[in-house]
Parts: sequence; structure tokens; C-alpha cells
Amino acid sequence: MAGPQTPHATGAPLPDDDAPIFEAVGGDWSDIAEEAARLGEERIVVNMGPQHPSTHGVLRLMLEIDGETVTEARAGVGYLHTGIEKNMEFRTWTQGVTFCTRMDYVAPLFTETAYCLAVERLLGITDDVPERAQAIRVLMMELNRISSHLVAIGTGGNELGATTIMTIGFTAREEILKVFELISGLRMNHAYIRPGGVAQDIPPGALDTVREALTAVRGYLKQLGDLMLANPIFKGRTVGVGHLSLAGAMALGITGPVLRSAGLPYDVRKAFPYCGYETYDFEVPTSTDADAYARTVLRLEECYQSIRIVEQAADRLQQMGPGPVMVGDKKIAWPAQLAIGADGMGNSLAHIKEIMGTSMEALIHHFKLVTEGFRVPAGQVWQTVEAARGELGVHLVSDGGTRPYRAHFRDPSFNNLQGVSLMCEGGQVADVVVAVAGLDPVLGGVDR
Amino acid sequence: MSDAEKKDAAEAAKAGSAPVGDQSADTPQSVTEAAHEGGSQNVPATSSPAGGPEVVDVRTGLFGVRGSGDTSGFGGLVRTVAMPGASPRPYGSWFDEVVDILAEVLDEQGVPFDHAVGAVVVDRGELTLHVAAEHLLTVCRALRDDQDLRFELGLGVSGAHFPHETGRELHAVYHLTSVTHSRRLRLEVAVPESDPHIPSSTPVYPGHDWHERETFDFFGIVFDGHPGLARIEMPDDWVGHPQRKDYPLGGIPVEYKGARVAPPDERRSYN
Repeated sequence: MAGPQTPHATGAPLPDDDAPIFEAVGGDWSDIAEEAARLGEERIVVNMGPQHPSTHGVLRLMLEIDGETVTEARAGVGYLHTGIEKNMEFRTWTQGVTFCTRMDYVAPLFTETAYCLAVERLLGITDDVPERAQAIRVLMMELNRISSHLVAIGTGGNELGATTIMTIGFTAREEILKVFELISGLRMNHAYIRPGGVAQDIPPGALDTVREALTAVRGYLKQLGDLMLANPIFKGRTVGVGHLSLAGAMALGITGPVLRSAGLPYDVRKAFPYCGYETYDFEVPTSTDADAYARTVLRLEECYQSIRIVEQAADRLQQMGPGPVMVGDKKIAWPAQLAIGADGMGNSLAHIKEIMGTSMEALIHHFKLVTEGFRVPAGQVWQTVEAARGELGVHLVSDGGTRPYRAHFRDPSFNNLQGVSLMCEGGQVADVVVAVAGLDPVLGGVDR
Repeated sequence: MSDAEKKDAAEAAKAGSAPVGDQSADTPQSVTEAAHEGGSQNVPATSSPAGGPEVVDVRTGLFGVRGSGDTSGFGGLVRTVAMPGASPRPYGSWFDEVVDILAEVLDEQGVPFDHAVGAVVVDRGELTLHVAAEHLLTVCRALRDDQDLRFELGLGVSGAHFPHETGRELHAVYHLTSVTHSRRLRLEVAVPESDPHIPSSTPVYPGHDWHERETFDFFGIVFDGHPGLARIEMPDDWVGHPQRKDYPLGGIPVEYKGARVAPPDERRSYN
């Protein structure tokens, strides 16, 4: 055990009685080792991860096994902690989007939207956000839900040894990433949704691309369904595995597909609607089997529901025609009139001309807004959205300044990992992989 | 600025800025125009004649720079930071009902409501109950178990550090949701930095286990009765609690090709 005065987990190579002894420790490891030594039992403790191909990133599982049976399972996290929340306190409210999009990198648009909705509530401009911006947000989020579920199903299949599930899943996801790239310019880390609206309107022809992508994705989803749902090997590996009852899920605050697989149709889009979800027609699929198989089925069904929502959002955007995608208040709206210039990127020439040639006030204003940012009245808010993995909450505190006083994200992956013990203990070692894949944690979101 | 001066400034801000009258309880979402303009010392939307906005900090000067020998006059700027204070009745929406039922349930258990809940704050359509640390578990249990309250989903614990609120520097914030009634509320518990103990809410909401570990890790709030209060994000042997305001970000300058960029806590700040 490293002493309190030792800052690093590496020691001097030479033997020295006074030198502190360093060991690889962390999480609950020392507790487990001490208890094992005290009881004098012969127990096998397996460290699965943090570098293990089946743990969805740097998740560490400490498994105590008796033969092939897991008698105790604990999860250790923190290997990907980058201090995003602390960093956000040192950047403006708009720059915060660029940080929080890097938390859950498989479903970044949910984090962005939740954060922006929270900032808008602090500013009191929720009702001023243009309808077009809200429809674009819904479109992007639902596409993201599909792409995230495809990763969950694909990697889950890969971990069972079914590489085909993974290749189909990722091929289908590619269709959606192409849409993201067309609309936001990036395949991940978009920072596309901004306080007050979105960064840019969707480019011309984007809705056609969206519809084409949906047709393709629908085909891939059918392939996945055909491949998995009646497959005796897949069912043998997933039916009855990773069971988590409704009582257990509620007690542990587990939300999303895992909670719905236990039978409760709790979906933030229905319970506390945001971005106009109450005006879209969709269903919340549930199951009562509460196992890994039910979660796969639910994720596939949710993809089909998301397609329905995306179609409705696309139709609305088509009907609406061009319009503002950012609040009218120029003291908040980011002056991001982007256009492709001679150098391939940059601000629109018209905007540069205006601020550099005609209006000194506009130049000052642009400068102030971009460097200093806007002020947000003091107070705190709590905003949640239904992310792909469950209820994603944002707790923002403002002190009236131009930067968040405190930004906290309640990431569903972080919370849901608490269910690992309940889902894995008493099962086989091989089922741990299936159970964790059913929880679908993304470690970027867990550790932030 | 000495403590006495600071107190005077806080008092002055409190007296001069408390809006009276048009407190609209049925539209809690609205933020008052004055607050919105930003020129009004950032007095929050819901402040009441009863409590008034709660001043948590008084800042002077420009860009957060102190002792620079600035003669421009900007050093004389004073800005108070005030959080929304206690709200008067009626709170609006379903808030009155929940507060009444909670008071009733607490009374039945022999805990006077005034002892358990220090202030009821309604701001931006959200209900916050400031709960005394020693009564947190009783309040949580009442909120979860009573059929008319039924806040059965504990969504987590978050923290905030207000170093200028002497005696209640560390705040733990609990986010509760009622799936049954489609309601949300927030509990806030404030404890002094010198004695940062709050009873753990895990007996009522087991899902708060990791959230409390995280809040302990980042803020140093000790949750008594927690089954295993270890650090969760930072390494076990880490010194300090990184989300506290006196803990710098980075802390070392970045040097690149001879140029030096100061660590964020030494750069000028716009708050």
C-alpha cells in the first residue's frame, strides 16, 4: 500500500528498508485481498480489465470466482477521468458544449442538448428557441439514438464472438455518421447544438440524405433482427442472463432500456417532454423479461421508433422551410455565420465585411461575445433528457458570470454500472460479458 | 477588502435590490427582466420580501485581478453574487401540495417541518428544499414512501462549493423524481467545510452509492453511514478534492516554443 507521502505508484528500483513499497492498488482491491487473507479461504479473484476487449473501454471488473461461478462482482471506474466538469468552469457557457460533447462519445448529441436546454432554462429563453432548431435537435438526437443502439448491439454481438453482428451494426452506423458529417461537419464531438439553438441550419439536400440513410438503416436493422432474434446460439447466450428486476432497477436508479426491459415504461420524452417531444407520435417499447435478450429486442424496437420520429421531424423541417435556427437575441446567439470561403472554411464573407467594414459596434459585439461570452443570471437548474442509455441529467449552477459556476452531469452509464453486482453474481464468468454488454456503458460518460 | 467591508457591501446589495410585489407564483419559469439585463447585480428571478436573494459572494474590480495597482477606476467595481432566496407562499403549481404533505408526514414522525426544512425555494419552475443535514434521511424516507409524494427514483447527488458562504461552504444537491406523479424536486444540504458530515442517503436510495462517492471524491463531503466511501474517479492516494473552488485547474503554466500560457486560475477572469 502506498503511503500518504508517496505521490506516484512507482518506486526506486534499489532495495531500501526505509523506502515505501508500491503496489498496483485501487478501487476495492486491497479490501478484497485483506478479507481473503483474514478468512484464510482459498478464493480466486480475477481482475477483468481495465484493458480487456470485452469491457467497453477501460472498465475494471473485480470478479471473485468459484469454479466458473461468479460469487462477487465489483466494478472499478475512473481510468478515463479527464475533469471535463472542472474544465467547463473555466470556459464560457457556449464553449461548454465543446467539452460536454466529449463525455459520452457514442451519444454526444444528447449531452449537448441536455446542457443547452439547461443553459436556456437558466437564461429563461426556453420558449424563444426557434421551432426549427428544436426539430433539428430532435432529428439529430433520434439519429444518434439509432447509431448508439447499433454500437450497443454490434459490440455486444462481437463480444459473444458473432463478428457479423458487429460488422452489420457498424455498417449501418456509418450511414448515420455520414448524415452527422453532412449536417454538423463532424462524425463525433459535434458541438453542433448550442445554447439558443443549433450552430448552423441543415445544408440543402440534407433531408433527402436523411431519408436515404433511414431506408438503408431499416434494411440493416431487419438483417440484424433476422440474424439475432431467433438464433438459438444468441438466445442461449442471452435469455435469462443479466437479470435485473424492476425493484432492483428502481432502487439503483437505473433507467433507459434496462429499466424498460423490467417492465416500467418510464421515458423522459414522455414523462417530462422537452424539445417538443409531446408533439411527436411514437411508442415506448417495454418487456418484462428483464434479461439481456429483452434489452437487445428493446434496442432494436427503439431504433424503429426513432426512425418514426426522424421521419416526422424531417417532414416538419420540409414544411417549415428555411428559418432561424438560433434565438433572435444577438446578445446570446453565437455569431457563427459560417460559410465555405476560399480557404475551404471560415466565417461568411458577408459577416466579416459587415463587422470589419461597416459597423464598429458589430465588431466589438462579436469580439465580446466570442471572448467573454454572455452572462447568465444566478441560480441553478436540473435538466434531464432521455439519452440512449437512460436518463441523462445536467445540474448547472450559475453565479451570474460568463462561465458555469458548477456543471455536473448525471451520466446514465455511470449510474447503471452499479447494477453489475446484482446482474452478475451467481452467474457464469462468460455471462458477465453479456450482462455488461446489456448495460451498454460508455466509459467516456462514466468517468467524464 | 476586509470582512467588515464585505459584509457592508452584502447588506447594501441586499437592501437595495430586493424587488417587491410582482412576484408571480404561477409563472415560476419567468426570469425577471431586471435579472435578464445583466446590469442589475445579477439578482436572480425569484427573490422574496421574506428572505430576499441570498448573497453568497461579493466581488470587486475587473477581470478578477487584485493588487495590480490599477488606477483606471475599474478596481472600484463591486458586484454581488446572489442566489435565489426563500420563496413566499403560494409557491404555485404542485409545490404547495407537496410541501404541505411533507410537513404533515414529518410532523407525524415528530420532526417539526421548520427544523427539517430551512427554506423552500421556487426558481425557474423548480422546487428546492434546503434540508438540515441531521434530518436528511427522515425527509428522504418521507418523500419516497408516502403515497402522495412517492419520489421513488433518486437520480443522484451533486455538489457545489461556495467558499464565501461562511459556515455552509459545501452544498450537496439531491435530485429526486417521482415517476408516479411525474414530478421532480431538489434537496439541498449545506455543511461547513470544517465539519463536512452529511448522513448517507444510500439506506433510502441505494443508487446514490456511487454518486456520494463521487461527491466525496470531488468535494470532500463525508457521507456518514455510506457502505464504502472511497474515491471513485481520482486515484486512491490523491490529495485534495478537485472540484473545490480553491483547487486550481492545471496549476502549472504551459510553455510552447518560448511562449508561456498561465494556468487558468492565474489568467484574468470575466466573472
